[in-house]
Amino acid sequence: MMRIACPNCGLRDEREYAYGGEAHLDRPELDCDDQAWEEYLFLRANPKGEHAERWVHVHGCGVWFNLIRHTETHEVVAVYVMGVARP
Amino acid sequence: MTGYRLSHGGGRIDRGQSIDFSFNGKRYAGLAGDTLASALLANGVQLVGRSFKLHRPRGIVGAGCEETNALVQLEHGISSIPNVQATMIALEEGLVARSINAWPSLTWDIAGVNDRLRGLFSAGFYYKTFMWPDWHWFEWLIRRAAGLGKVPVVPDPQRYEARHVECDLLVIGGGRRGLAAAAQAARDGKSVLLVDLDQGLPSLEGVRTFEKTAALGIWDHGFVLAASEGRVIHRIRAEQIILATGKQERGIAFANNDLPGIMLAGAIGRYVADYAVAPGRSGIFFVNNDLGWRSAIEAAQCGVGVRAIVDARPQVLPELAHRARAHGIDLFFSSLVRSAHGRGRVTGVTIEKPDGLSRLACDFVGVSGGWNPASQLWTMAGGQTKFNERSQSFQPDGLVANVEWAGPEPIEAEPIWTVHGGDEKTMFVDFQTDVTVADIKLAARENYRSVEHLKRYTVLGMGVDQGKLSSVPGAMILAETIGAEPGTLSASKVRPPFVPTAFGLIGADLRGERFRPRRYLPAHEWHVREGAVFEDFGWERPAAYPVGGEDIQAAAEREAAAVRSGVGLFDGSPLGKILVAGPEAAAFLDRVYVGTPSTLKPGRIRYGLVLNENGTILDDGVYARLQDGSFLLSPSSAFADRMVRLLEDLLQCEWPMDVVVQDVTEQYAVWTVAGPNARNVLEALQPSFVLSSERFPHLSVREGQLDGSEVRIQRVSFSGELSYEIQVPAGQAVQMGDALMAAGKPYGLVPYGIEALEILRIEKGYIHVGTDTDSETQPGDIGFGGAIAKKQSDFLGRRALTRRSSLSPNRKQLVGLTSLCGGILPVGGHVRAPSGQSGGFVTSSQFSPVLGRGVALGLVEQGQRRLGEIVEIVSLGKRWQARISETVAYDREGGRLDT
Ligand SMILES: [Zn+2]
Repeated sequence: MMRIACPNCGLRDEREYAYGGEAHLDRPELDCDDQAWEEYLFLRANPKGEHAERWVHVHGCGVWFNLIRHTETHEVVAVYVMGVARP
Repeated sequence: MTGYRLSHGGGRIDRGQSIDFSFNGKRYAGLAGDTLASALLANGVQLVGRSFKLHRPRGIVGAGCEETNALVQLEHGISSIPNVQATMIALEEGLVARSINAWPSLTWDIAGVNDRLRGLFSAGFYYKTFMWPDWHWFEWLIRRAAGLGKVPVVPDPQRYEARHVECDLLVIGGGRRGLAAAAQAARDGKSVLLVDLDQGLPSLEGVRTFEKTAALGIWDHGFVLAASEGRVIHRIRAEQIILATGKQERGIAFANNDLPGIMLAGAIGRYVADYAVAPGRSGIFFVNNDLGWRSAIEAAQCGVGVRAIVDARPQVLPELAHRARAHGIDLFFSSLVRSAHGRGRVTGVTIEKPDGLSRLACDFVGVSGGWNPASQLWTMAGGQTKFNERSQSFQPDGLVANVEWAGPEPIEAEPIWTVHGGDEKTMFVDFQTDVTVADIKLAARENYRSVEHLKRYTVLGMGVDQGKLSSVPGAMILAETIGAEPGTLSASKVRPPFVPTAFGLIGADLRGERFRPRRYLPAHEWHVREGAVFEDFGWERPAAYPVGGEDIQAAAEREAAAVRSGVGLFDGSPLGKILVAGPEAAAFLDRVYVGTPSTLKPGRIRYGLVLNENGTILDDGVYARLQDGSFLLSPSSAFADRMVRLLEDLLQCEWPMDVVVQDVTEQYAVWTVAGPNARNVLEALQPSFVLSSERFPHLSVREGQLDGSEVRIQRVSFSGELSYEIQVPAGQAVQMGDALMAAGKPYGLVPYGIEALEILRIEKGYIHVGTDTDSETQPGDIGFGGAIAKKQSDFLGRRALTRRSSLSPNRKQLVGLTSLCGGILPVGGHVRAPSGQSGGFVTSSQFSPVLGRGVALGLVEQGQRRLGEIVEIVSLGKRWQARISETVAYDREGGRLDT
């Protein structure tokens, strides 16, 4: 079980959070082609290494934020608020 | 009967305190301080179990958590705990234990015939032998004969406890290195926790110590679970972890090395020194390292008969040889034990010496095949290991964040894993799972090259001891067999828990009523008073209110009929209530719903669908516009929590708009008054607003007073009748329920439950998302294609609705299904397609009291174009004829909504 630093609340146990999938996905416009929509819906990075992802402090303040996690060691490399570019 | 208690010595026992216990129905006496294993040995009990597959007789092998044979069922009256290692059980007065896996009895064992059929039980035997003609023919026999302990027949009466602990430093292992590290850290001002499997540790200033505590595993970011005496689970969060877990001895595979009386050399040393227990009167030690010698010499010093030491190496330290000779021990160098002899227990060994074979009589054998670091927790934490040639072991290597390895120096050992020349089918590598050298070689011949595959194919290391004895030898023997460089195959991955752990302990207090707390309605006591039968729908909700011995179905039909003919009262409190407010609330909701909330006028209500980005229907429900910039959403009860999270997700991550979302679901109770007399009931409670359809039409909302309480009333209907949903503060739920019951009395008002609501909504073709829709159902499939065609702008799931599969004419569509024989169609029954395969299925079905026949809904391929067609419905070998019909079976024109 990881420990994650909520931007509002600080370091808390993973059980207070919920995972929200890969971060920085751009929702295509309505007139995009099928392939663009397929990529948005189904294709994910899945790296062995640093992964930018969304989390929500669901049993806490409720804020959504981004973090970068190393998928092999689970080291949390960075936490940053929603809307900010990947550091 | 060979083991016995020595007349003196024994650092852990109290000779003044005798303890009675029972093993396999016989009574014995041990001493305070004994483990069950030491007490059994002291009583001369050698046969303690039967092996998993071949049911060969087995004796105690180890003295600690490495024990692989002596698994017992601990019995406490009718309840019992299976698969407990006898070496880890502190002896208690009245303790009752039985061997596991000895059906029908330990000494006369019918499954011992397996041993003579062992050719059938080679690696992969389950896959090869019992597939023809059908595994199920054999399953009962295999499960009975090959099972480990018995599953208790009553709920576990043990009360488990979970505690949360935080520390700067966690030291696992209270040996010399562990104690030193803990003491130093405490002096440096850190908060230190020390855990150890054993007891009697010295107390250190500033160090919290948990004895008889097993660290079960290490997870992310310093999270450790540790079990104290199997009763308390500690959830530890440590900034830093030091692993001082020590080392573990391993055996050597020679023929018949599993005979009772053959033990680890170090275990013998511990039984002698700690418990003054001798495993026999004449022993032979077979070793490849110096520590094996020390065990033999220590035993001899304490008065145990040690006949010979057989060392695979050509020589040993002169000091050791001298001391051994002083005790009259014969020494054999460059020699091996090729095989053991005896029936049911060891009575002798054949030694392979440089000058030939010879046979020696003995009644116990101590084996030391070298030492592994106890690196299980290290590898669980993600640590790597590196082969150390000198010690023939895999030593922790590299770095793991916040975890430090503080294990002992590697013990030099001769590489000797198997003794060739004996019958490989009796050379056991994993005793508990009966994996032999022959099995590993067979797997190698069948091209198994990875230790992980070897493990799964042969079950090596899959016993409750998790391969503490067998993993490293198994990997080394596989490497040797396939000609790989020694050490290039490391042991298979170890998983938690490090020692066998009861499921109850992992769950601790979160079981029974506390596993998932029940959610009660604000008016729960009111429903109890009205005779409700409750069911768990996420909330405890009335299924029905039976009277006069009715069953649920009869009650539901009576209640549904009463709503159609008079008036009924329903508790809809779990219905979602989400306030969405702000200057951009309407624009935001336009992106969420299939419909267009921005065109709704204040005071009005509309039905809407919410989709996911696949175009699948997530939920349906109404939304009301309370004011220009404020909406009240009513998602279905089961979706309310997820709806709040979805809206927050969209607002925070996708569309940052000037909108706030507030979940007020639990702040209000909802009473639904439905039926032709609904308006009369409300009129009797002095409403502060006009109830007529002209002033308060269907699909509108009013706020005001009813019976003196502040209420919000929505005119919506899930029954097809004139219906008012009255929201009151949760604390006034009972009071409002009573008022409505009293006001409804002249009109025959009855309370109705979920089951009656099911009848009413199926009669009307109102869907229940998740029941009448599945993960493929889109709005067009339930008749909402038009709503989408009219809307220009984007919303959740819209893009997906234009994919080719969404536009296919062959999609399953919602229809009504009318049984031609008048019976009730089976939910889940398949609609047979012309091809003979399934062309859809029945989603909801009920008997309609008002129509006097069954009503059903279903998802049927091209259903909307096939109205009137007769189809066959098939379920569990039975067949029904049904007509595809409109979804609405009752009051198609909807006139009853607006009486
Ligand atoms: Zn927070």
